[in-house]
Amino acid sequence: MENLINIGVRSIFIDNMIFAYFLGMCSFLAISKKVKTAFGLGVAVIFVLGVTVPINWLIQNYVLNEGALAWLGTDFKTIDLNFLQFIVFISVIAAVVQLTEMAVEKFSPALYGTLGIFLPLIAVNCAILGGALFMVGRPYDLAEASVFGVGSGIGWMLAIVALAGVREKMKYSNVPGPLRGLGITFILVGLMSLGFLSFLGFSL
Amino acid sequence: MSTEVADVVEKKAEPLFSKKNKKLITNPLDIDNPITVQVLGICSALAVTTQMKPALVMAIALTVVTASSNVLISLMRNSIPSRIRIIVQLAVVSLWVILVDQILKAYVYDVWKQLSVFVGLIITNCIVMGRLEAYAMGNKPWPSLLDGLGNGFGYGMILLIVAFFRELLGSGAIFGFKVFDAVGLHYQGNGLLLLPAGACIIVGVVIWVQRSINGYRESH
Repeated sequence: MENLINIGVRSIFIDNMIFAYFLGMCSFLAISKKVKTAFGLGVAVIFVLGVTVPINWLIQNYVLNEGALAWLGTDFKTIDLNFLQFIVFISVIAAVVQLTEMAVEKFSPALYGTLGIFLPLIAVNCAILGGALFMVGRPYDLAEASVFGVGSGIGWMLAIVALAGVREKMKYSNVPGPLRGLGITFILVGLMSLGFLSFLGFSL
Repeated sequence: MSTEVADVVEKKAEPLFSKKNKKLITNPLDIDNPITVQVLGICSALAVTTQMKPALVMAIALTVVTASSNVLISLMRNSIPSRIRIIVQLAVVSLWVILVDQILKAYVYDVWKQLSVFVGLIITNCIVMGRLEAYAMGNKPWPSLLDGLGNGFGYGMILLIVAFFRELLGSGAIFGFKVFDAVGLHYQGNGLLLLPAGACIIVGVVIWVQRSINGYRESH
């Protein structure tokens, strides 16, 4: 249990998807103009990461790894399907996103209104595929992988909502012309990333 | 409609490097740069630029993937149903990324190790997807190839600029060659530039300089 909390805290604050690995920067910069939409996208990312990381964990450990297909019979013991990793992961992500979109549309039109437009965007958000690939590189079990998925999502949401909050206030400041918009946003992200460095070495 | 007109014009035996085609290469280097103007493909641009070598390898890998997926999608553009085009595009891109990944793993293992997940993440790199959506789906293979190459070069250019400053000021070296030691100076590397924060600030400054030169302004 302590281990799980530790992984959660690590993935939210220390190994933050944005500030430590720059994953999902494109939508992070594009959708962070308003706090409300940023929050909507953040929730969608938490959900998709929380679902796809465990699914990809199962696929990695029962299909792709060398010898993972042993449950099909002894003939399959030597098969190593790791080279298919990327295409399988991205298909799983695209499929989950598509299914979620259809399910949300059918069962909760109100939620679809707020979340719907962000879902297709998420399929190509590198934070999702990055989450799956990081999970493979670390020796997690299923529970740890799920916590890692949800934690990374929460960290991502935290970052985008914080940036959106700052950017809403940027309207009132007098930024030099060429730096306006994208330039100052990058510098802001840099400064926020410095702030997040203070979590370094923090563990439970 | 507009694409049809373009096709008709092209039929008048357009030279391979006409003015329009040259623009496909040169525009992404400046006024249409994928990173500083279109804001695509930022993730890897920030993450792999602590040193010049991985940045160069990454730039080449992305150029190859963008150009070849552009050609492949452009060849299939009339037979892809629009409802499932995203997954078709993802499948095509992952095909090329798997090939590039295996080649890097075989020939430059240490750099491949350093790039870690970022080679795989070319699949979701917005530059690749963006060019497929915006260009290859509506244009012929040859211009699509040029467009892919152009955007790859534009991306690579920014990557190398950022990596140059980060490696030079961060660890006092270029391509691993200790420049300051070679000329007999002592330089204490600025560790801040090797951190994520340094990368963001350098990209911000690059955008600042570029926009001061070309006069592009955002309203807010």
